Amino acid sequence: MKLFPVRGGVHPDYRKERTAEAAIVALPLPKALYLPLQQHIGAPAEAVVEAGQRVLKGQLLALAGGPVSAPVHAPTSGLVAAIATMTAPHPSGLAQPTIILEPDGREEWAALPPPIPDPFAADPAVIRARVADCGIVGMGGATFPSAVKLALGTEHKLDILLLNGAECEPYLTCDDRLMRERAEAVLDGARIMAHALGAARVVVAIEANKPQALEIMARAAAALADVTVVKVPAQYPMGSERHLVQAITGRETPARKLTADLGVVVHNVATAQAVREAVRFGRPLLSRVVTVSGGAVAHPANVEAPLGALVSDLVDFCGGLTTPPRQVVNGGPMMGQPLPSLAVPVVKGMSGILALTAAETNEQPSEPCIRCGTCVTICPCGLVPVEMAAFIRKEDIDGAARLGVQDCVSCGSCSYICPAHIPLVHFFNYAKGRLAEKAREARRTDRVRQLVEVHNTRLDKLAAARAAQAAAVEAARAEAAKATGATGQGGAS
Amino acid sequence: MSQFIVRSGPFTHAPTSVRATMGLVLVALLPATAFNLWLFGWPALFMFLATLIFCLLAEAGCLILAKKPLMPSLGDGSVALTGWLLAMSLPPWAPWWICLLGAIFAVVLAKHLFGGLGQNVFNPAMVGRVALLVSFPLQMTAFVSARPLGSAAAPGFGQSLGMIFGHTPWPDQVSAASALGYVKTELSRGVPVTQSMHHLPDLMDMALGLHPGSFGETSALLLLLGGLLLLARRVITWHIPTAVMGSLFVLATLFHAVDPGRYAGGLFHLLSGATFLGAFFIATDYVTSPVTKKGQLVYGCGVGGLTWLIRTFAGYPEGMAFAVLLMNALTPIIDHHFRPRAFGRTPQGDPLPLKDRT
Ligand code: SF4
Ligand code: SF4
Repeated sequence: MKLFPVRGGVHPDYRKERTAEAAIVALPLPKALYLPLQQHIGAPAEAVVEAGQRVLKGQLLALAGGPVSAPVHAPTSGLVAAIATMTAPHPSGLAQPTIILEPDGREEWAALPPPIPDPFAADPAVIRARVADCGIVGMGGATFPSAVKLALGTEHKLDILLLNGAECEPYLTCDDRLMRERAEAVLDGARIMAHALGAARVVVAIEANKPQALEIMARAAAALADVTVVKVPAQYPMGSERHLVQAITGRETPARKLTADLGVVVHNVATAQAVREAVRFGRPLLSRVVTVSGGAVAHPANVEAPLGALVSDLVDFCGGLTTPPRQVVNGGPMMGQPLPSLAVPVVKGMSGILALTAAETNEQPSEPCIRCGTCVTICPCGLVPVEMAAFIRKEDIDGAARLGVQDCVSCGSCSYICPAHIPLVHFFNYAKGRLAEKAREARRTDRVRQLVEVHNTRLDKLAAARAAQAAAVEAARAEAAKATGATGQGGAS
Repeated sequence: MSQFIVRSGPFTHAPTSVRATMGLVLVALLPATAFNLWLFGWPALFMFLATLIFCLLAEAGCLILAKKPLMPSLGDGSVALTGWLLAMSLPPWAPWWICLLGAIFAVVLAKHLFGGLGQNVFNPAMVGRVALLVSFPLQMTAFVSARPLGSAAAPGFGQSLGMIFGHTPWPDQVSAASALGYVKTELSRGVPVTQSMHHLPDLMDMALGLHPGSFGETSALLLLLGGLLLLARRVITWHIPTAVMGSLFVLATLFHAVDPGRYAGGLFHLLSGATFLGAFFIATDYVTSPVTKKGQLVYGCGVGGLTWLIRTFAGYPEGMAFAVLLMNALTPIIDHHFRPRAFGRTPQGDPLPLKDRT
């Protein structure tokens, strides 16, 4: 298949060899599971169980809290110990409602919804409903509810389901292992999703640095006429949706549009596998594969962990830490989030736990910008990071917005490469936060203005009514006075 | 979105640094520098060292006055590079006070008064060169013919020390004009270029560097070697050097074809004066050149074109330094007008139109 060039990008040190050959291993059931109600983008789920209640594996614990939301299920059978607020794996380190489940070790399954007999003959709406009920979200880290994304086919004419196996972040190998160990399942899930989307073709994009995955997936796809496996160059951030679509189709998604407008929807390989489990077996999303790596981890591994297991459980399972890490990261080192501590649970979007040493993070104090222009050359979004940062430094957020800071995908390439070690992405995240706040503020003042207007109209109406009434009274009184006057006059005359 | 951004990624960083970048540029300058040290002998070495040391001292002085720490600024290689480039653009036997004044112009005036590294609008080394050229035209065009180290005509160690730091007179018949200067003087006397060319070193010698000129700019080939190293290590890209030399070459060739008696040819312009040093090492100065590729092409063409204009029509035989400074002044405007096209947007910044799919 012909590939198209993608502008910019960097070639980070991938460091995948530490776990690339580590087959997926299951984490032994921990003593407690901590399930935050918000593991996805959208409204938090609403708990439907109570403390003290016994639940079975796969049982619904919390219901989707709205059209864009995802339910949470019990990863194993046990007792709901409490519903408490707890620190979630989120950079803010803010606490959020969390269901605490104590496994009983019996792994007793709840009654699951029946398999959908022939998914390729099923109504897409049925598949979407199943995916929604099973709590599946984008497992590449985006955590957008998958059912909502599968509904894109209702408004768009779609050609391609692009299965994202690029895994362009350094260190991470969980998708690589999934493709190598469960190729058939991944492809089956992808084809089910393509059917739900109404897309005729599945294209699997895998970066060139995963030759085994490429080979195994190609072999698994050989018999499938509708599936193509494509080798894309190892170039960060190849796995970014819009850039991957450009590499495959040669087309650039216009700003403020979706790849679906070009007829392409991108899903992650782990999501495909989860969809298959849901559709073929009625199993909700209960676990995921996490790459546990980094120089501070004794035995890096790919661990299949039940959702809610603590990060510390996984780290201990991998032999613990050999040295205190400089930074623990949720996800990949380029776009991942810093973890506030190891006492946070594994959530649906957690693809990696990286305990990085100072040598690996290679942080240096920042120096003055020498205007080398490297950040401009490598920005995959065609932005001018050096100038945006200059504006933001002067607190000129609107200036940065004019230069397109909102188009920045926070891929981290510019910060990664900057010889002056300027934390560019930090500046951009700050600016984006400020702009979002401003937009909220504007909406709020708009809302207030509306309310005030409504209130004023009501007052006006009231005043008008009162005036009318007063006028009527006045008129009536005048009328009466005239009448009495007339009589009076008459009487006087 | 939360305002609570503790730390943003990435949590890994390329092994790049300002120091490493500057270091590479210095390495790339080594071959031409070493060759010219040999060519112009002990006085050139003293001049070179004096310029470097004066620049480092000026930097240290500015940092102390500004109450800034000496490190890492002094050690990041940027001021060493400024000094090195300044030395390369001075006459090989320039006296110590020229070096000192040059260092003050370059480091104090052009760099620190603008706010230090990264803030200066004008290339410091070129500010030094031009300020000196305007103030001391005689000393700044006192070029010498080659007296290679070890040859009988080369001044000795002690004599050289005296020439740079004292009043020891120069050996006889050493003064020589640069090729550009010679052609210009002859032209003003009515001698056509076609004739004056016969009295110049042939193009091969020019390329090798065996001709009078500023300390570091005579050897086109060795400068090219350094430039290729910078290209290979991606310190610079092809845009600026190609645009500078391309525009200079095209203009010169065109006019030469029209009137060979009045205008020197393209190859002559490429191999003379500061063309190679300027195209690879001076016009490419990060701080004072545009950051976008399109902008760099425009800027490079500006430098090349202006160089030709000044060499051909202005009072000075060499125009590279002036051209660079003029384009430096335009850099912010160029950067503003030649931004790359953002992903998914038209060059004007609107979202791309959604084409119909068939
Ligand atoms: S990469 Fe860093 S030093 Fe270079 S221009 Fe960008 S911000 Fe400045
Ligand atoms: S500006 Fe944004 S999109 Fe561009 S390289 Fe930096 S982080 Fe990536």
